[in-house]
Parts: sequence; structure tokens; C-alpha cells
Amino acid sequence: MGARVPAVDGWFSLGEEGPAALLGSKCAGCGTYAFPAETRYCRNPDCESAEFEVVELSRRGRIWSYTDARYQPPPPYVAADPYVPFCLVAVELAAEKLVVMGQVVDGVTVDDLRVGDEVELVIDTLYSEDDTDFLVWKWQPVVAAVRGA
Amino acid sequence: MPDDKRIAVLGAGMHPWGKWGRPFVEYGLAAARDALADAGLGWRDIQFVSGADTIRNGYPGFVAGATFAQALGWTGARVSSVYAACASGAAAIGSARAQILAGLCDVALVVGADTTPKGFFAPVGGGDRKDDPDWLRFHLMGATNPTYFALYARRRMDRFGATEEDFAQVKVKNARHGVANPYARYRGEVTVDEVLASPMVADPLRLLEICATSDGGAALVLTSMDFARRHAGGAEPQVTINAVSTVTPSFPNTVIEMPNFSTDSAVAFSGQWDAGAGFRPSITAAAYAEAGIGPEDLSLAEVYDLSAALELDWYEDIGLCGEGEAEKLLRDGVTSLGGRVPVNPSGGLSCFGEAIPAQAIAQVCESVWQLRGVAAGHQVEGARVAVTANQGLFGHGSSVLLTR
Repeated sequence: MGARVPAVDGWFSLGEEGPAALLGSKCAGCGTYAFPAETRYCRNPDCESAEFEVVELSRRGRIWSYTDARYQPPPPYVAADPYVPFCLVAVELAAEKLVVMGQVVDGVTVDDLRVGDEVELVIDTLYSEDDTDFLVWKWQPVVAAVRGA
Repeated sequence: MPDDKRIAVLGAGMHPWGKWGRPFVEYGLAAARDALADAGLGWRDIQFVSGADTIRNGYPGFVAGATFAQALGWTGARVSSVYAACASGAAAIGSARAQILAGLCDVALVVGADTTPKGFFAPVGGGDRKDDPDWLRFHLMGATNPTYFALYARRRMDRFGATEEDFAQVKVKNARHGVANPYARYRGEVTVDEVLASPMVADPLRLLEICATSDGGAALVLTSMDFARRHAGGAEPQVTINAVSTVTPSFPNTVIEMPNFSTDSAVAFSGQWDAGAGFRPSITAAAYAEAGIGPEDLSLAEVYDLSAALELDWYEDIGLCGEGEAEKLLRDGVTSLGGRVPVNPSGGLSCFGEAIPAQAIAQVCESVWQLRGVAAGHQVEGARVAVTANQGLFGHGSSVLLTR
């Protein structure tokens, strides 16, 4: 088995100790979250704090909207050959009151998704080069099987 | 309205939109000369040149104001070059307007032009740029521009019952509007069936519903009200710009936008969190407030239909109707030529494709011709008030309100 390396540093935990999660920032001054993590300034115009705690964001959220990518995106996206279309979702995280995007795991099509559906964060392979898997966060439907039933 | 916020539009000029790959300066120069001729002024009358930058054409594009001034021949005119992504044209208009209203100049030339590569817009510049969200969204998510437009489109379907046919009807309407527009790149009618038979790009958006990338150029000659009256022997100028909105979003911006990975967090916001109240409605709201003119006064609107579905979002965002009512407006023909408030009588991005720094200027050119009553074949009868609306990457609002 080859190496497993995050495709970007510090944006998510790999789930080696407890479940995987996105790593955001929480402002020490006003509690505002940000993803990816802020390190320099708070986005709240009424807050001048420059202190941030790195926190794990909610692992589950509800679909704000969704789509797919039927055509191969241009570089710097590293596409499989042959190209396999994937879905993208924007997910509302209730506790953080923000919406975050991400790909959906393989095998899910837009027909499996609805606004308001619950999804869960997983860590998955974005692309592989030589003997290394480059990892990214993806979203996995929680209720897709239920609707089909 | 008092003179202190109005400026006159004396000239408008465009180079047709297309895909030729020639130097962008050529398109801008042609548009500038047309605008000067339209105004009845010469290049030496221009005191201030305001260029809208392009970032895909090397250094001359980053200093577009000077590039166009050099192409017209150095005269010592003052110059500004601004970049605001899709809002660059409105930012250049805003810059010229501020100079005029401050009394620093009487006559300004605004120019924007672009030459675009084929295919999806990819991030500009090479190498690994792991601190640039625009690079990272392609690398980590494969999120092209159309996928963001598709998120908005799908949300309309699931929340408001919009249909694929509604989106196709927007395309059909705009294609019909553009047929008689000599500056449009695509000038042929299409049917709903043809739109729905075109390949899916980012579900639910199909190829014919997504704006292309184009070459093109647009220019305006803007002057103070006093100059315009002197130039016309005392007559009031025919068309004026009453407001320019270049607002940023207000925190928390809760709609996901290109090229971001997430929205702002609303936890520190004391009001009600609405993961849907976003930036776009605030753009024209600022223009309406500045002009003292509301959406009920509009004769027409030119909005940024990056996708056919996004045009429906704009109907609500510019105040033509309430949330979830845009499909009814479309189906009732309100926004078609002959309807109460035609939207994109030019044919919109649907017929033009996007020439980024020229596009917001082109919206104003179309508005000028509509207000003069000279938009042959696609004229909004009796047009008196026009608004343009557009949004640039990373939070650049863009709206211009014009009256006759």
C-alpha cells in the first residue's frame, strides 16, 4: 500500500484519532468560524481580534444545493483517465452557520441528492500519482438509500 | 434630481463580440473611436482615460488605461486602470464618474476590451499556488465556474419548482432578443427542444444555457452636465448616469460564491440567519437609493446571465418580483421584448458570451441606445429608465442606473 498524503495541508484531519473532520478557525473575539481557517483577520467587521483557535467543524450537514461536473475540469484539477464525472455539493453546517462546498463520493449522481438532505464528511482519494494517494474531504449522503426504499 | 450626482453619456461605442484571437487593443481602439465619433468629440478633447483591465493578455492588459491611451496617441491625458473581475467595467465607469463629479475633469473616456482563450476559464498564472482560492477550487474540487452557477440553478428547482424548460425559455427569449443586435456574437433563434438537447455541462445547466467566453470591446464618453449642455448649445443631455453602485457584500455573506470554499459564518450575527440572503440584492439596492429611483420605475434591465437560470435569480435580486416568483414573470412574458420590463433586450451574455472587462461597459452602451430609442430591431418602446447589474469575483458589485 502506498503513501496517503493530504492534497492540502491543515484543511482537515485524517481521522487517525477519532473521526475525520474539516479544520476551521474560531475567532477568540466573536466566535466567528471560517473555512479554510483564518490566521490573520476575522471577517466580522465589528471584530478586530487576530486570535484564532483551530477547531473541527461539524461532520454532518444538510445540502444547500448540488450539481455535477460532466466535463473534465482544466488543470490544476488532476483527473482520472478516463475521466469520471463527480457531484459537488454545498452543505449547510447548522452549528457554524456557514455553507461549505466539496465533492461527493464516487458512485453518487445528482438523482441521489436533494436540497435539505443530510450528508456526512469522509476522507477520500482526490487523485493518485505513482505510489501516492492524495486525499481530500468529500461528502457522502446519509439518507440516499432510504429514499430509494 | 440635482446635478451633483448625475453625469452625461455623450458617446457609446462597441466592437462586435466574437472569437478571433486578435490583440485586445484592437477591439478597444475600435470601440473608443466609435464612442468619440458618437459623442461628436475628438481624442484630444479627452481629459481622463479610464481603462478596465484584462488579466489574460499580459502586462498591457494590467495597465489597460495607458495601453488604450498609447494606442490612441499620447496626449498627456490623465489615466486610471482598474481591475474588478466581471465588474471591471463598472469600476472604470465609477472612477471616471468620480473625477467628473469632483470637478477634476469634464470629459472622460472609458474603455474595456478582452481576448479570451477557448474552453472553461482556468486560474490565471502557473505553478502551485496553495494560498490562492481560485487555484485551489480547481485543484481540490474541480469546481469550474459553471458548477457554481449550477448550484444556484438546482436550488431554484428544489425550492421554487423551477423546471429545465424554464431555464431553456430564458435562453430562447435572449436568443430572440439578440437576433437584430449587430454587436452580438450569436444571432440565431433557438427552440426549447434545441436547448434541452444540448449536452449537460453541470446539472441542470446545459451547454446552450451557459455563457461562452468572447472577444469584444466597449467604450463610453462621459462628461459633466455643464459640459454636455455647452456641447449641445444649451440643451439638456439626452441620457444621464444617475447612479453607479460598486458595493462590497455585507457580513455575513451567506451565499456560496466563486471562487470560495465556504460562506461567511453567521454565528456572531445578531439578526436572523438566512443561508440564502446574499450579496446580489444589495448591488442594485445601492444604485436605486443613490438615484432615488426604484425597480417599479424601470423600463428595462441588462443583467449578467452567466447562466440562463441565473437570469431568474436577478429578477428577484433587482426587485422585479419577490423570491420564488421569477419563473412566473418569465412565463407571463413580462421580461420579453413587448413585456412590461424587458430583461436583456441586447440578448445578454447568452448572445454575447463574456468579454470580461468590456461586459459591464457593453451593458451601459445597450442601455444608452435603448434610452435614445435607436436599438433597431430590439427596441424597448418608450424606454426612460434602465439599470445594469453584475457581480465580480471576490465581492465587486456593479450596477449603473441611467435615465433619459
